[in-house]
Amino acid sequence: MTESTHESAAHDSTAPSGTEQVDSVEHAARTPELAQPYRELGLADDEYERIREILGRRPTEAELAMYSVMWSEHCSYKSSKTHLKYFGETTTEEMRSKMLAGIGENAGVVDIGDGWAVTFKVESHNHPSYVEPYQGAATGVGGIVRDIMAMGARPVAVADPLRFGPAEAEDTRRVLPGVVEGIGGYGNCLGLPNIGGEVVFDESYARNPLVNAMCVGVLKSDELQLAHATGAGNKVVLFGARTGLDGIGGVSVLASETFSGDETGSGRKKLPSVQVGDPFTEKVLIECCLELYGSDLVVGVQDLGGAGLSCATSELAAAGDGGMRIDLDTVPLRAEGMNPAEILSSESQERMCAIVRPEDVESFMAVCRKWDVTATVIGEVTEDDRLRIDWRGECVVDVPPRTVADEGPVYQRPVRRPAEQDLITADDPNTLARPGTADELRETLLRMAASPNLCSREWVTGQYDHYVRGNTVLAQPSDGGVLRVDEETGRGIAVATDCNARYTRLDPYEGARLALAEAYRNVAVTGSKPVAVTNCLNFGSAEDPAVMWQFQQSVRGLADAAAELGVPVTGGNVSFYNQTGSSPILPTPVAGVLGVIDDVTKRIPTGIGAASGESLLLLGETREEFGGSEWSRVAHDHLGGTPPRVDLERERLLADVLGIGSRDGLISAAHDLSEGGLAQALVEMSLIGETGARIVLPEEADPFVWLFSESAGRVLVSVPRGAELKFTELCAARGLPCSKTGVVDTESGALEIQGIGEIPLSELREAWEGTLPRLFG
Amino acid sequence: MSAAGARIGVITFPGSLDDGDARRAVRRAGASDVALWHGDADLHGVDAVIVPGGFSYGDYLRCGAIAKFAPVMTEVVRAADRGMPVLGVCNGFQVLCEAGLLPGVLTRNSGLHYVCRDQWLRVENNTSTWTTRYEAGADLLVPIKHGEGRYVAEEPVLDRLEGEGRVLFRYVEDNPNGSRRDIAGITDERGRVAGLMPHPEHAIDPLTGPTDDGLGMFLSALDSLVAA
Repeated sequence: MTESTHESAAHDSTAPSGTEQVDSVEHAARTPELAQPYRELGLADDEYERIREILGRRPTEAELAMYSVMWSEHCSYKSSKTHLKYFGETTTEEMRSKMLAGIGENAGVVDIGDGWAVTFKVESHNHPSYVEPYQGAATGVGGIVRDIMAMGARPVAVADPLRFGPAEAEDTRRVLPGVVEGIGGYGNCLGLPNIGGEVVFDESYARNPLVNAMCVGVLKSDELQLAHATGAGNKVVLFGARTGLDGIGGVSVLASETFSGDETGSGRKKLPSVQVGDPFTEKVLIECCLELYGSDLVVGVQDLGGAGLSCATSELAAAGDGGMRIDLDTVPLRAEGMNPAEILSSESQERMCAIVRPEDVESFMAVCRKWDVTATVIGEVTEDDRLRIDWRGECVVDVPPRTVADEGPVYQRPVRRPAEQDLITADDPNTLARPGTADELRETLLRMAASPNLCSREWVTGQYDHYVRGNTVLAQPSDGGVLRVDEETGRGIAVATDCNARYTRLDPYEGARLALAEAYRNVAVTGSKPVAVTNCLNFGSAEDPAVMWQFQQSVRGLADAAAELGVPVTGGNVSFYNQTGSSPILPTPVAGVLGVIDDVTKRIPTGIGAASGESLLLLGETREEFGGSEWSRVAHDHLGGTPPRVDLERERLLADVLGIGSRDGLISAAHDLSEGGLAQALVEMSLIGETGARIVLPEEADPFVWLFSESAGRVLVSVPRGAELKFTELCAARGLPCSKTGVVDTESGALEIQGIGEIPLSELREAWEGTLPRLFG
Repeated sequence: MSAAGARIGVITFPGSLDDGDARRAVRRAGASDVALWHGDADLHGVDAVIVPGGFSYGDYLRCGAIAKFAPVMTEVVRAADRGMPVLGVCNGFQVLCEAGLLPGVLTRNSGLHYVCRDQWLRVENNTSTWTTRYEAGADLLVPIKHGEGRYVAEEPVLDRLEGEGRVLFRYVEDNPNGSRRDIAGITDERGRVAGLMPHPEHAIDPLTGPTDDGLGMFLSALDSLVAA
């Protein structure tokens, strides 16, 4: 068949059959032996056999496209499912009590009190962002925002945990600016403040950047929307952008092999496989959705993300109490000659799918017209339990929806702790040469502050709007972002994401616990109470047993830590195959924590300088812990030993003390100690607050260990003079170690550290702020 | 008129982002806020209008270029001609320039990046409707957040703006976008229509902004409405 006949058929949907053979269900039943390109679509032999078993015949092209994309790793979690069960097994009834929706929904929803609920989620858009950094990152933001909208929530903030190859590498200069511009270009145009995130550089992410996107949404707790297609006779409405050829990815195999042998005259299939975003359409879609929800015109709703209509229709139908019938001819298209497989698989952005009562359809359409949003009834909910899709008068899909959406293959991938793990653990960082003299310590401090992983992120975050909506109380460079939710009561929320993948490389179980501990602590230092956890698990190939061991251990670490901290895991995302050749990325289980603060005016900022003479108190204990530390990387390019010890009971205690300190006005600034240790925390607190300090060493302390160790469970706080006694008594009563480390000096304009001497803030600032602008322009 | 009796309208275009913030600022100043819809050729009897920040109509073609054709803008231009106070912030400034209420254009930042940061401004004119609460020469700390905020006009236009004292604010310390003569905001001949790239509506409360330095613009306009 030539392109021209295909095109002419597309122009005339009433063209009699015979101008072109539609691969209908009937046709499939008549041609059981037709060879199908299932392997090119990523299906294994036994997976294809199973589809034939389910259907009792070979699948049609459209069905094959649906199953292949829905049974992909990305959609089906086939390699991770067996491990992810552990999150559910370790969540107690008590932890569940505040959850309005959890794993399995588009995003977890948590009750935060006063009738408010919050939903939050992180998703990866790693591979597209490497291929096309701007659009990959932009559509990553767009996708996670629609996930949050699908819960009935107004998106109120975004944050982006990012990982790149070495900062000075040529390819990083291509990828990073594009990713940052894409995140800003899309998020800024949506009017969502960007309030957190991370930027980390490591060799392992060269050619495998991680672009994770978080979105937070707020709703009244009785306004939750769920992705269910219920009520026979209810209409299925597709609304938002038109459906085009972008992002059809692998499914183009079908098109080119069976539908259009000659592509040379057209060029329409040459679109990039990365989707293209239009934030203006999404912004209007947000407002339109919220008005639809507010007018109670929606029975169920689902966003169209990966796998497009295949995913939305099968998931809505699978989660409902009936079946669904769709007429593909009604789908508004923006390309000519699209075949059913392409329409079903298209990942065109800015689309949503709603279930609407027949009597509400006109009102629904009126709201869409107000916002200039294209909306079309494409089908209806049926009484049976089939998903039937027609095209040009013929049935091209007839499947049990659950077999597409929920009953994909589940694999028990081999899991094996690699022998080399012992060698890494044995490679003791305590044998590395250390700075000894005052000059060496000073030089180390400055060199660390200027290093790509510790330097100021302003070059990145300055391209994101963090003011829009007027509710941002804390944003980067603060440890956690804080937002006001209720202007009357002052109730607010905090979010933070963290993962030190060097720790996870040394010990995936403990590293994952450390990631959660740090995100939890970063929420706590703002004065907020941590209440829920999400995650984005970025790993190498699921077919590498060593990677699966890292994955299994990380999941267990995260789940166990969440249970110990008493905060439920409400959702998550998995991204495998982040590797080049046989080299996987560092295992990167990013933990996101949501917190609640009763009164945002009590939030604790990061910078010091409220008043001269305030005491700087170090909470927690410092041990000689350099495994995976930033110092071992900056000074020796070394990764070995064991990560810092985790004490989650201590983390809970710290959070309690910080919460009380915030409520009672005992703390004027606080900063978590993590990468770079105390030295880096001092640099940041001083520079952010534009205020100097004088620091003293505890007796018998080794200055190097004291300044650069990365022991977990530590926070540096600034305490007003009148509050010091009350605060130290609070710590003593609870058994939280608290030692006086120095005083704030609003006059000196320098950081003076005993054993090192005085470093002017201007010199520190030059080191800390100069690096990224120098690298990225 | 009492302060609360003053009604200040804020336009929402598709793609407006800071409309909610502008309305909050109006309320905080003590006036009543009125939502105005882009497709509605009616100002609903408001006493002043704010064209807020955002990406009206996606800023396709050119920033603010499509918004000037909105039915509500026809009314705004008429009302401005009659002397109604009008403020355009960021994208709203771009819209007012496109609509011909203010001279000049806003082009891509010289650094080519979108910039969001706290910016020092100097008050150059404290006699316009929107700036009477400030002292001339005072420094204000207000957020900026834009990718196309570089103010450009022909030399004679710039000379005239300077000569007539119509530069409202100038960037100090560091020009963030390459604006000609460090111009951050200007006003029309009568001092009733004002446009600026910085966001006074994001500086009305030190809890959510760097300062409350921006509140003075809303209070200034309210003063003039109450006195009228």
